[in-house]
Amino acid sequence: MSDLNGTRQLLQGNEAVVHGALAAGCRFFAGYPITPASEIAELFSILLPACDGTFIQMEDEIAGMGAVIGASLAGVKAMTATSGPGFSLMQENLGFACCAEVPCVIANVMRGGPSTGLPTSPAQGDVQMARWGTHGDHPIIVLALSSVIDSFTITAKAFNLSEKYRVPVILLSDEVVAHTRECVELPSTDEIRVVDRIRPSVPPDWYTPYEGDARGVPPMASFGDGYRHHVTGLIHDKQGFPTQNSSEIEAFHLRLAHKITRGFPEIQMSREFFLDDAEVAVIAYGSVARSSLRAVQDARKNGIKAGLLQLITLFPFPRGYVSPLLSQCRAVLVPEMNMGQISREVHRVNQTECRIVKHNRIDGQFITPTEIYKQLIKL
Amino acid sequence: MAQKKTPAQPSGAKPKSAGISGQKKSHAVSFYHDWCKECGLCMAFCPKKIIRADKNGKPVITNEDLCTGCRFCEMHCPDFAITVEVRTPRRRKTDE
Amino acid sequence: MHVPARELRQEYLRHDKKFPHVWCPGCGNGIVMGSLLRAISSLKLSKDEVVMASGIGCSGRMPTYLDFNTLHTTHGRALTFATGIKLANPTLTVMAIMGDGDATAIGGNHFIHAARRNLNLTAVIINNSIYGMTGGQYSPTTPFGARSTTSVYGHVEHAFSISELAVTAGASFVARSTVYHADLMDKLLEKAITKRGFAVVEVISNCHVQYGRRNRLGDAVEMITSYRDNAVTVRKAAAMTEEELEGKITIGVLADREMPVSTEEYARIRKQAQEKKK
Repeated sequence: MSDLNGTRQLLQGNEAVVHGALAAGCRFFAGYPITPASEIAELFSILLPACDGTFIQMEDEIAGMGAVIGASLAGVKAMTATSGPGFSLMQENLGFACCAEVPCVIANVMRGGPSTGLPTSPAQGDVQMARWGTHGDHPIIVLALSSVIDSFTITAKAFNLSEKYRVPVILLSDEVVAHTRECVELPSTDEIRVVDRIRPSVPPDWYTPYEGDARGVPPMASFGDGYRHHVTGLIHDKQGFPTQNSSEIEAFHLRLAHKITRGFPEIQMSREFFLDDAEVAVIAYGSVARSSLRAVQDARKNGIKAGLLQLITLFPFPRGYVSPLLSQCRAVLVPEMNMGQISREVHRVNQTECRIVKHNRIDGQFITPTEIYKQLIKL
Repeated sequence: MAQKKTPAQPSGAKPKSAGISGQKKSHAVSFYHDWCKECGLCMAFCPKKIIRADKNGKPVITNEDLCTGCRFCEMHCPDFAITVEVRTPRRRKTDE
Repeated sequence: MHVPARELRQEYLRHDKKFPHVWCPGCGNGIVMGSLLRAISSLKLSKDEVVMASGIGCSGRMPTYLDFNTLHTTHGRALTFATGIKLANPTLTVMAIMGDGDATAIGGNHFIHAARRNLNLTAVIINNSIYGMTGGQYSPTTPFGARSTTSVYGHVEHAFSISELAVTAGASFVARSTVYHADLMDKLLEKAITKRGFAVVEVISNCHVQYGRRNRLGDAVEMITSYRDNAVTVRKAAAMTEEELEGKITIGVLADREMPVSTEEYARIRKQAQEKKK
């Protein structure tokens, strides 16, 4: 357990991710150096051995993702961290983790894209990729980090969701959150809830590795603890063996989808600021949510009934929070450091007359509160 | 054409052919015809040439007494369809 | 002591899987599987501690049939999953079963780094010089001039040697056998599994359906007979010239050395870091 819990610390966002992961019981990291995420690997390489964990730098991000899956199958909570280019390389193995329901956490510290893009500039251009990067229909959870304290608490939450739902969880940070250093009050150890995967309670001979429980999540045995079973990336039946049987294939996809939809109330997280009487609102996530909060506060001072809905969970898209806001407000502003990857989701769920205004910054610079304020007062 | 012995390979894998009472041991070769895909490896490589295809093409032993128990067929059957076991002839009731 | 096939079937094959297995009649994969099981049996490994990862391809289907902790990973990545498992639980005996393309084409980067890193892993590479499952395309070990579905004019590239690659990359133990030399393969696999460090066993195997047929190398019997006739032991090969070795298959142990094993180094720094923390 990272011994900083319960203390005040001056931490960088990337460092907070590491401490949050350790607090949640992460004991394995495999990754590859990449700006702006390398600090995560560096701190893990120092702290993990000290708490009987393993850090390994693999030959590429594909290998990093593979090693994380292997460690998780051996019963150890594991994560990797990367940025756009590495995240692109990881997609196939990420899909394996979705298909074989292997709990793991992937931190993607976003930078300007596409390709090598702007390695030291913030951006939010990997949002849709986090959801649809790997091929085929698949369940996944995508969370957005907006601050250093978020990087601690939401990372810990990511491990709990990943273990509870046996699904990979993507943490979307960006260069600003990653490299901002703030003084934060870390929750104490007993304040941090740690969830572990459910283990099989039947004897090994009766173990059906991929039969979902009431929530659709199969209890998970580790390699080496006597529950010998087969894990594969092929679509598989309840026993874990490849199947061509169409009803089994359909049941497989539906189970994987429903285990997430059933968990919406817990999985979909957001924060609301001044929304009670808001007539106009900002929907924002990640570092841009902090600029938005300042802009909303300034607008309030000038008598504008503005509010902020900060999305923590991007996928599954929290329609339950967004739709009521759309029917309440006459207009909604969606500021993003991309060309509208979440505003399109807001459009998708908009059944009302509410006007959705995009504010897209794609020049590698951070969106400032003033910019948002100027848009807000025009709504 | 006996199996090519390579020096790095101790002959431990092949049981000595000395029987319990010193005379030559005989072996029983059993086939799983359900699993056999008639690939012909056993028939081709049997040093004593005693495995023949029956009318369905499945391997059968023509003369089991000639089998030296070299296990080549068993170890090279891709489908685990052959087992070679020591067959100790029963002459007397007490002969275990 | 020899393990009869009946015992292998009973003890190690998954009883709820459909047999005979999916590989073509006479395919070398089945012979390698038998040899692997005999090695595991004579080493008396408990089935709970054996982890068998495989990539994609004909060889990839092997763990599905075997009653161990089995893992069918993405193409070429078996060694990365195996690395994660081994480091997370070093008490497990972890092995990866790969084909020539799986291990050295798409998986080449992971192969040389697994060898450089020299973790306690065993890599069994079934080299039949072709991508069999996908219909017979050439692979990194398909010889110059050979026919395949992607080299109908004769292959224009040259093959490299998997074993020499492993030796140069730093694996502690590298050996080669062919599916003809099952006795030798049993012994090499036993050594590889118990070897301290990264152990590679390359097995020259026949794919008469995709490779043999298109290159007039005959059926399973003829291809395996050619392995018998062209095999040369490491000792004999050392005394032969380049030309004499043309078309020959050097079998036996190519490298067996004591080298630093990173699984142990990772454990050492764990202990060291925890002592420093106290």
